[in-house]
Amino acid sequence: MEILPSLVDGIYQALMPLNLALCVVGVVVGLFVGAMPGLGSVNGVAILLPFTFVIQDMTGSATSPMIFLAAIYYGAMYGGAISSITLGIPGASTAVATTFDGRPLALKGFAERALVTAAIASFIGATVANVFFTAFAPPLATVALKFGNPEIFALMLLAFSTFIGLGGDDIPKTIISIALGLVLATVGFDIITGEPRLQFGDPFDLFPATAGLIDTTGFSHGIRFLVLAIGVYGIGEMIWTINSTRGEVHMTEANVNFKSVMAAIRKFPEAWKGTTVGSFLGFFVGILPAAGATPGSLMAYGVTKMLSKDKDSFGKGNVNGVAAPEAANNSASTGAMLPMMTLGIPGSPTTAVLLAGMVIWGLQPGPLLFADQPDFVWPLIGSFYVSNLVAVLVNLAFIPVFLWMLRMPFTILAPMIFVLSVIGTYAAYQNMFDVWLMLLFGIGAYFLRILDYPLAPAVLAIVLGPIAEPTLRQSLLLSDGSFSIFFNRPIAGPITVIAIILIFLPLVSWVVKRARGK
Amino acid sequence: MRRAELVTAVVLAFFSMYLMWKSGEGPSWDPDIARFDNIGFDETGTPGSGFWPFWLSLAMLLSCFWIMVNWWRRTSPPSQSTEPYMDSYSKRWLVYVGGGLFAFLGLIEWMGFYAAIFFFLIYYLRFLGKHAWRRTLLISVLTPVFCFFFFDVAMRIVLPKGITEPLFLPLYEIFL
Repeated sequence: MEILPSLVDGIYQALMPLNLALCVVGVVVGLFVGAMPGLGSVNGVAILLPFTFVIQDMTGSATSPMIFLAAIYYGAMYGGAISSITLGIPGASTAVATTFDGRPLALKGFAERALVTAAIASFIGATVANVFFTAFAPPLATVALKFGNPEIFALMLLAFSTFIGLGGDDIPKTIISIALGLVLATVGFDIITGEPRLQFGDPFDLFPATAGLIDTTGFSHGIRFLVLAIGVYGIGEMIWTINSTRGEVHMTEANVNFKSVMAAIRKFPEAWKGTTVGSFLGFFVGILPAAGATPGSLMAYGVTKMLSKDKDSFGKGNVNGVAAPEAANNSASTGAMLPMMTLGIPGSPTTAVLLAGMVIWGLQPGPLLFADQPDFVWPLIGSFYVSNLVAVLVNLAFIPVFLWMLRMPFTILAPMIFVLSVIGTYAAYQNMFDVWLMLLFGIGAYFLRILDYPLAPAVLAIVLGPIAEPTLRQSLLLSDGSFSIFFNRPIAGPITVIAIILIFLPLVSWVVKRARGK
Repeated sequence: MRRAELVTAVVLAFFSMYLMWKSGEGPSWDPDIARFDNIGFDETGTPGSGFWPFWLSLAMLLSCFWIMVNWWRRTSPPSQSTEPYMDSYSKRWLVYVGGGLFAFLGLIEWMGFYAAIFFFLIYYLRFLGKHAWRRTLLISVLTPVFCFFFFDVAMRIVLPKGITEPLFLPLYEIFL
C-alpha cells in the first residue's frame, strides 16, 4: 500500500465533520485533563473509555472512538505544561521536566512566553513524530506479519523486561506489580481447558459466620482491565494527589493576550535546540515499552542542558529547558503508539488502555491491523496530524480559559472525578461488583503508591496477560513443552535474549558498581 | 515508613502464597485431580491451567523476600525513611475520602445512583470542601440531573435507582 495516498485519504477521513468534532472535543478534554494536577492522559483515557462505547454504537465503527481517545492523549500532553508553568505542579508526570525552567520563567513574569514556547515545541515534536510514525509503521507491520506465537510471547517478555531493566523503579516492586497484573488477568476461566481459576470466595466460606457474606460470583467473569485502571488512576491517584498537595496550590498570573502571544511566537526560534533534541529523542524513547513520555522528556532536558553553552541558566528560566521536555513528551506519546499499533505491545500505560479499548471494540491490535483494517488505521494516523494542529491552535487561543479553569478548587474537581469513575465503571459492564472491586483496587493502589510500588506495570500486565498466557502455552504445545522454541527461531531468539539481558541488566550493573567500589 | 515497608511485604507474601494455593486448585467437577497437578505440563506438553498463575505468584513471593532483604539491609528508600507512612493529615483525609466513597457505593446499592450522587456531592463539597450552601446545592442537583439525561435518556444506559425507582417512572414516560 502506498503510504502517501493512504495518509492523504486518512487525513481526509479525519476531517469529516463527526471525526473533526471528536478531535476538537477530545483535545479540549485532554488539555483540561492534562492541566489538572493529579490527572494525566492515562486518567482521562481510562475514565472516559467506557463512554466511547456509545460513540461506537452511534457510528458503527471503531475509528471515531479511537480518534476521540487519541485526541485526549494529544491534548493531555499539551495541557501538562500549563499547570507546570503557572502552578509549579506538573499536570502529569510527563510534564515534570517542564517545571524546571517553566516555573522560574513564570515567576520572572514571563509565563506567557513559557506557555507559548511549550505549545509550539509540542507542535513541532508531535509533527516530527507523526512523520516518523507514518514512515515506520507500515514496514514494521509487514515484518511483524511473520510473527507466530513464540515471537509474540518473546515480545511480551521484552515489554515486561524493559520495565525491570530500564524502568528505574525498585526491581522487586516492579516484578510484584507485573506478576500481580498478570495473575489478576487469569481470574475467571482458563480459556484453553475451560477450568475455573482463582475465583476467590473461600476465605469467607471458611467460617460459618462469614460464609456467603460477600457474593464473589462476580469473579467468574474475570477482572476487567478497566476496573483496575480506573481504580488505580481514578481513585488511587486522586487520593494521593489530595494528600500530597494538601490544597496548597498557588497560581502565577499570566498576562496572556494576542500581543503577548505574538511577541512570544517571534522569540520562539531561541528555543530551537531544545525543540530539536526533544523532537527526535522523544520519539525513539517513546517506542521503548516502559519508557514513554516521562523518561523521554527528562532525557531530552538533560541532553539539551548538556549540549548547551549556557548550562548555568538551566533551572533558572531557560526557554530551551521548556521546549526540550515539551517537544519530547509529545513526540514520545506518538512514538509509544508505534509498537501498540504494529506489534500489539503498548509503550506506555495510556497506550495500554487504548489497546484494551481496541480489543473491546472488536479489533486485534498488531500487524494484521494494517493489512485487514486500513479503514481504521489510516484515518487514525490522519487524526494524529489533525489533532496536533487542533491542539496547538486550541492551546494558543484558549490559554486564558485554561488558566481560569485551573482556578477551579480541587475540592470540586475531586468529587467529580470520583463520580465519573464510579459511573464509568458501572456503565462499562453494568455490574456493581466491578464498581466495588474498582474502589478496593483504588484504595490498595494508594497504599502501595506511598511505598513507591510502580503501578503502571500492573495495568500494562492486566492488558497483556490475556495475550501472553495463550501464546506461551501454545508455543510450548508446539515444542512438546521445550522452552528452546523461544531461542532457536530467527526472530524470537534474539528478542528473548535481549529480554533476558534486560532482566539481568540491574544485576550486572550492581556487580560492576561493587567491583569498581573495591 | 520503614515498618510499613516490611508489613506490606509480609502481607503481599501471604497473598502470593494464597494465590499459589488457589492456582493449584483442580476443577470441582473432577475430584480425582489432586491439588497442584495443574501447575506443570500434561502428557501433550501443554502447561496446565494453574501453570501461569502459580509460577507468577511464586515470582511475587520471591520478590517479597527480596524486599524484606532490602529492608533488613536498608537499601531501599522507604526502608531508610524516618518519615511516618501516613501523617495525621493523610490518615484523616483517607478516612474522609475513602469512607465517603464506601458510603457512596453503599448508598448506590440502596437508593440508586442519582440520589447517591446528590448526597455524596453534598458531603464532599459542603463538609470536606467547605463550599457555600448555594454552590454545593447547585452542583449537587445539576450533576445527577445532567447524568440522568446523559446516561438514561441519551445513551440508554439505565443506571440502578434502588428505592427511588418509583420517582423516575413519570420521567421514563416523558423521555423514554
